[in-house]
Amino acid sequence: MSSTHPGPADPEAADAAGLRARTAALLAAHDPATTPRLDFLRARFDAGLAWVHFPAGLGGLGAPRALQPVVDAELAAAGAPGNDPRRIGIGLGMAAPTLLQYGTDEQKRRFLRPLWTGEEVWCQLFSEPGAGSDLAALATRAVRDGDGWRVDGQKVWTSSAHLARWAILLARTDPTVPKHAGLTYFVCDMTDPGVEVRPLRQITGEAEFNEVFLTGVRVPDAHRLGAVGEGWRVARTTLMNERVAIGGSAEPGTPGGTRETGLLGLVADTWRAHPELRTHDLHQRLLRLWVEAEAARLTGERLRQQLRRGRPGPEGSGLKLSFARLNQELSGLEVELLAEDGLAYGDWTMTRPEVVDFTGRDAGYRYLRAKGNSIEGGTSEVLLNIVAERVLGLPPEPRTDKDLPWKDLPR
Amino acid sequence: MTPPPSTAASAAPPDLLHSEAEEDLRAAVRSLLTHRGAPASVLAGAESGRPYDAELWRSLASGMGTAGLLVPDKLGGQGASARETAVVLEELGRAVAPVPYLTSAVLAVTTLLGCDTGDDEVAAPLAALAGGRRVGALAVPLTTPPGAGQARNVRVAGAGRRPLLSGEVTAVAGAAGADLLLVPADTGLYAVDAGGEGVRITPVTSLDLTRPIARVTLTEAPGSPLAGPGRARAAVDAALLAGAGLLASEQLGVAEWCLEETVRYTGERRQFGRPVGSFQALKHRLAALWLEVASARAVARNAADALATGSADTAVAVAVAQAYCGEVAVRAAQECVQLHGGIGMTWEHPAHLYLKRAKSAELALGTPGRHREALARLVDLPGPQD
Repeated sequence: MSSTHPGPADPEAADAAGLRARTAALLAAHDPATTPRLDFLRARFDAGLAWVHFPAGLGGLGAPRALQPVVDAELAAAGAPGNDPRRIGIGLGMAAPTLLQYGTDEQKRRFLRPLWTGEEVWCQLFSEPGAGSDLAALATRAVRDGDGWRVDGQKVWTSSAHLARWAILLARTDPTVPKHAGLTYFVCDMTDPGVEVRPLRQITGEAEFNEVFLTGVRVPDAHRLGAVGEGWRVARTTLMNERVAIGGSAEPGTPGGTRETGLLGLVADTWRAHPELRTHDLHQRLLRLWVEAEAARLTGERLRQQLRRGRPGPEGSGLKLSFARLNQELSGLEVELLAEDGLAYGDWTMTRPEVVDFTGRDAGYRYLRAKGNSIEGGTSEVLLNIVAERVLGLPPEPRTDKDLPWKDLPR
Repeated sequence: MTPPPSTAASAAPPDLLHSEAEEDLRAAVRSLLTHRGAPASVLAGAESGRPYDAELWRSLASGMGTAGLLVPDKLGGQGASARETAVVLEELGRAVAPVPYLTSAVLAVTTLLGCDTGDDEVAAPLAALAGGRRVGALAVPLTTPPGAGQARNVRVAGAGRRPLLSGEVTAVAGAAGADLLLVPADTGLYAVDAGGEGVRITPVTSLDLTRPIARVTLTEAPGSPLAGPGRARAAVDAALLAGAGLLASEQLGVAEWCLEETVRYTGERRQFGRPVGSFQALKHRLAALWLEVASARAVARNAADALATGSADTAVAVAVAQAYCGEVAVRAAQECVQLHGGIGMTWEHPAHLYLKRAKSAELALGTPGRHREALARLVDLPGPQD
């Protein structure tokens, strides 16, 4: 697919100096000032500088993940175009790691390059009206149909579905076995007949999410990820990466971030700019939240240092919990701090934003949008159970539905 | 909208992990405490009326050389740093150990390090404290926060060859059982022999059985000058800052023990036909506590690293550590008592020793509220004008 990507044996590229040399070579061959954006991104992918920890030929060099910032810094300094990770966050954060782990060679070659460059947007067809936290209870059916599958069902809370070319899809292929055993994981073409996307308006007034109706959608078996009936195992890879992506976004507790990022920065700036709005109660709460945000930032930084030393800790599960709670408390404080301006709301017109924007718009929007932070990507209640059982080793909740065939579950 | 300089993270990110050498030190201290400092013997010692466990202190301070971690080699210490000292304190907190480590090896030692160590009057007591041969105490109330200002309780008469100190200092931790008192007074800092004439040390029945406090009364007690008023004030403030930053590691240790012990107990204790730790209400509380302890670990390490590297960010790091870790330790100890049920209320179970240590330590070297007020100044978040 490319003449410039390196062979697998490239020890020089695995260190910082080697990466700098490669980056310089890329910039020399493709001057960012004159090269069209997409051409540059493709060349960067082919040079193995997209995500250096990915294998050679798939946008990486098999280098340590921690060296990516070396490349990013050099490219940013040279004014190279970025790949807009927010718009393509689901592909980058969730689909790509799952494809890398479970995809066939052909699937990886087909999907990863346009995914990374942003030519193809991805969405995630997981949640259903009857299966949110209990995702494995989902009812969307995939039935064998010649050399493929016929899919029928309804999905919900699908970000970017109206922009997406591809979706990762979790569907039930065997209703006669317990719920976790009867699932299979697919890649679904969102342009296929039978895929209908409808905006789902939420409490902010905008429609950031969608409902997706699947009616007789045909998915070739070549677009299956992992074995039939192994969908839950594959989905867990996606879900773990989703929590990392949400917990690690540019918000309080961001690994490697500086102080006062995200909502804390907005509130602190407002505080400094408007002495007349200050009260003792708000001051006490602001200082507490400042300390908690700093604690979350340092926890994220410590986790990053552990990862760099090859000793990942369980703190990642906690970062999303901190992020959700801090955002909700900070955005609530901000509305109060603004006094009469806090009573106003920017705009209730229904819009369909292309990117998730937690900190944009006004305080009222931030307050309402933050309510989703403890629901999306695993509710805080589910995450607390996960921490209690997997990190602390406390006994599991009794589960009456675990061994029953899915078709016999009360619904 | 540009943040002031103090809100920008420093250029070199702090090392928030424990090195292999630090883990080795931890293992050695933990092994000693496991053999010598079991909770039953801690309780027995606390009831004996002795101010601290002298045998444990000897093994820890001189046997293992931990009393001199903060002191350079050439001054008789180990030439280590606040990072290693913090590891010792984590373990002492986990064992709620009754030894004068924070008061002698941290507060008294750092106070002396802030004086002119080229002066024999400073170097000799410093070497004795670093070697664990003598025990020192800084004669200020344990509640004194960093930057609290000049001591006014002790006055000096007869300055010159033979200064005589008079006054009273309350709530001095580590005074009972100390050999040497470092006394801030109106004209500077003085060394006073704890057993000397004119010195009365009256133990106070303390909330924290394992770190007792005492009232120090000086009546024309002879002292040796260590530093003049300006340097004395800087030395004491530096000691209080180091003490506050390192106390966070002790608080972390207290919280870690409380969480681990409560998780163990609720996983075993059965009610309503299953372990109580399988009930969601308890699981969520323990998971939330784990999250706080994980953050306390990062925050305490950040303060220790800032002190060790002399970071420009030290004041903020210490204030954050004290504003955060004190409350986490208290919450962990309170949850430990509550989730042990009736057993948590008994004298036999060690939970109360941890609760008493945690609550007292929350007051020590500035309450969380005092440290949040300090932060308001440090990071430019002033309160309302009135």
